[in-house]
Amino acid sequence: MFDDLRDLYQEVIFDHNRNPRNFHIMEGADRQVEGFNPLCGDRLTLYLKMEGDKIIDASFQGSGCAISTASVSLMTEIVKGKTEAEAETLFTQFHEMTTGKEENINLEAIGKLAVLAGVREYPARVKCATLAWHTLDAALKNEQASISTE
Amino acid sequence: MTTFPIEKIRADFPILQEKIRNKPLVYLDNAASCQKPQQVIDSIVHCYTHEYANIHRGVHTLSVKATDRYEGAREKVKDFINAQSTKEIIFVRGATEAINLVAQTYGKANIKAGDEILITAMEHHSNIVPWQMLCEETGAVLKVAPINLQGELIFAEFEALISDKTKLIAVVQMSNALGTVNPVDKMIACAKAKNIPVLLDGAQAIPHMSVDVQALDCDFYVFSGHKLYAPAGIGVLYGKQALLEAMPPYQGGGDMIRKVTFEETEYNTLPYKFEAGTPSIADVIGLGAAIDYLNEIGMDNVAAYEAELLDYATEKARKIKGLRIIGEAAEKGAILSFVLDNIHPHDIGTMLDSLGIAVRAGHHCAMPVMDFFEVPATARASFAMYNTKEEVDVLMQGIKSLIEMFG
Repeated sequence: MFDDLRDLYQEVIFDHNRNPRNFHIMEGADRQVEGFNPLCGDRLTLYLKMEGDKIIDASFQGSGCAISTASVSLMTEIVKGKTEAEAETLFTQFHEMTTGKEENINLEAIGKLAVLAGVREYPARVKCATLAWHTLDAALKNEQASISTE
Repeated sequence: MTTFPIEKIRADFPILQEKIRNKPLVYLDNAASCQKPQQVIDSIVHCYTHEYANIHRGVHTLSVKATDRYEGAREKVKDFINAQSTKEIIFVRGATEAINLVAQTYGKANIKAGDEILITAMEHHSNIVPWQMLCEETGAVLKVAPINLQGELIFAEFEALISDKTKLIAVVQMSNALGTVNPVDKMIACAKAKNIPVLLDGAQAIPHMSVDVQALDCDFYVFSGHKLYAPAGIGVLYGKQALLEAMPPYQGGGDMIRKVTFEETEYNTLPYKFEAGTPSIADVIGLGAAIDYLNEIGMDNVAAYEAELLDYATEKARKIKGLRIIGEAAEKGAILSFVLDNIHPHDIGTMLDSLGIAVRAGHHCAMPVMDFFEVPATARASFAMYNTKEEVDVLMQGIKSLIEMFG
């Protein structure tokens, strides 16, 4: 019945929505930033533990739609062990993939995140996928205030 | 119900023939904005094609024609809500502007520090924020009458909140997020016993029921055209003449004046005092056409048809496991707001869209209502007179299928 939607709602997304990874409060986090999408009410808190400029741990709490939950869950997995610069590069690539500006995505670099490429066909849902990354961006810039997609 | 001309009505709305993602459109977002019949579309095309010029200005034929049409629409609005006079019908951009107008004119002139404005917990942001702004400017206090878990006003608490300090009561007639229809007769009677003016936000109510402002005895009534099968960008403020006369003007400019010198300005009479600048002429004429269209069907017939549609939808929805209806007031208009276990409303919205079904997913500009029910958002199917039981079936099948897909 939902054949058209299979590009958007891939099994990986359902999996991360049902069982989000790194879904817990982090004691002693070095960075903690809240992300909020007022349009749909998605709300998350992202926690990072840093060692120099390296992200050694990432976790989150919050509630949102399947796209936003899967996006932040996948993100916390992929950024562990990355330097700030590497994470920022991923953010740029992810942003270009989801907003459809870049046709030739480096799928190898972006790895599992490619399952979210489908949102580019759904402009109303792009913010659901990018909320996690905007929050990470704010955390890396050490902005403590909450950020919003609006 | 058997006499309700549903086939004819559907044929009058050209957009209902559209395909969305290769499926027939099932448009259930009418509380956000509803679609327009050909008669309304034609009236706008006719205006710009044959009868357009500025109004209240020239002596030339086109200006006179356009003025006649524009003022003719005011007459239609007056009759539609049974106002006493066309002087009581002010054209504005929509319900939001009408409420802001009252807050900034009546409010500023009459409400002072320590006074209270009473609203309910189910208001749209447009009936919260203008009063908060007024309170901030004047030092007045905003009081909120609570609702129960069915989404109904707790009447005793509303009554108890009316005090000697209450200077205005502003309440929604029908909630956009819950569908609740408030007992406005009783509420107004309470207010009148203490001589407190009442503003009714009729934006949601007016497409679904007949409205008689004299029988209601409200002091202000506001609504938008775009929810009433009329163009967007036009709406109405009704106010009792004596109140409007006493109020300072809202915006200054052309049309709202009688005489201007650099020393002083004499304001125009009602209703023009509140209509500064060139209005949305064709849209007002379109609103007149929408009212003609509704009069032909009859608002009581619309109400009866939609009540049956809502009952049907509610009964079907209650049978879906994991579905929770948000807003189960005994008195309800044709709105079905709901949440599903473990499925976010935004996912519901996208999935139903892929089936050609348009519903609203979000907070419905009523964040305090979402907070009260402890949900971030809801999915909302809101019905209009052109919707059918077959469309309700398509919606329910879609909901069942997406629950299955999410597993």
